[in-house]
Amino acid sequence: MRTNVSDAMRGALGNLLTRRISHPVSESDIRRWALAVYWPEKPPRVFVDAAHAPEEFNPFAWAVAASESTGKATSDANAADRTEQLAGVPGPGLQFQLNGGMESEYGTPIRPGDVITSENRLESYSEREGRLGLMLFTVTADTWTNQDGAVVKRTRSTLIRY
Amino acid sequence: MTQQISVAPTVGEELPPFVRETGFAAWNRYAAVNDEFVPIHMDDEAGRAAGYPTAFGMGNLQWSYLHVLVREWVAGRGRIARLSCQFRNPNLKGQTVTARGVVSAVNEDDGVISAELKIWTETQDGTVLAPGTATVVFE
Repeated sequence: MRTNVSDAMRGALGNLLTRRISHPVSESDIRRWALAVYWPEKPPRVFVDAAHAPEEFNPFAWAVAASESTGKATSDANAADRTEQLAGVPGPGLQFQLNGGMESEYGTPIRPGDVITSENRLESYSEREGRLGLMLFTVTADTWTNQDGAVVKRTRSTLIRY
Repeated sequence: MTQQISVAPTVGEELPPFVRETGFAAWNRYAAVNDEFVPIHMDDEAGRAAGYPTAFGMGNLQWSYLHVLVREWVAGRGRIARLSCQFRNPNLKGQTVTARGVVSAVNEDDGVISAELKIWTETQDGTVLAPGTATVVFE
């Protein structure tokens, strides 16, 4: 049976992909995020005042204060093999990738001044034939905590590659 | 006597829809805050090379729209405890995307009321883009 999942890839399950620490979240970060998401309408007052961030806010966009991985990725953040590069093994060599879906559980809201730590791990692989050929489904599990150690968010993401 | 205003939702209750147009104006703004300048979201040729008719929007923006939908319905009565979605179809350029939801279950546990929601985004012709679910806890 044809497969894109090598023994090395299976052996990498559970590996740390990235451990990232954000810069302190600013009021402007929160405000700009909400302005973009709610455009062309104005966002709710709670976000204009930056009392707390929207649940789906990304404090790691553009830059992080610190980052480490099991492996070393190339500079191309859009490379289809990036997951395996970070996991420290050769990737499947596929060309295209799509966001397949996400599931998040929310805890403590993100507020201005918070420093968020993310630990993202490779959880599982599966494959099935689809319209675009043999499709590789990769699930990663990401846990975010704030500077007090409180859980902010747990997210499982599915990457589809072909 | 002060009348207690119930915050409990009812099964079958529909969430007020959240509507947006797809295209570079919205996608570029989102790319700017989420650092998501990926060719398939920026350029029709890249979208076609990936097997689609045009460039298409970020799944993450659909994810945000579903959060907006639920937040606006909750309206300060509680919090989103969980939300999930699957990206089944791309949101191509030049479409109207509507985020919709319906209450599928209401639970009470130790005095805390929670609601399960069925949520999704769809295009103007009814094609479902991103079906999902959410759990809201009322406080």
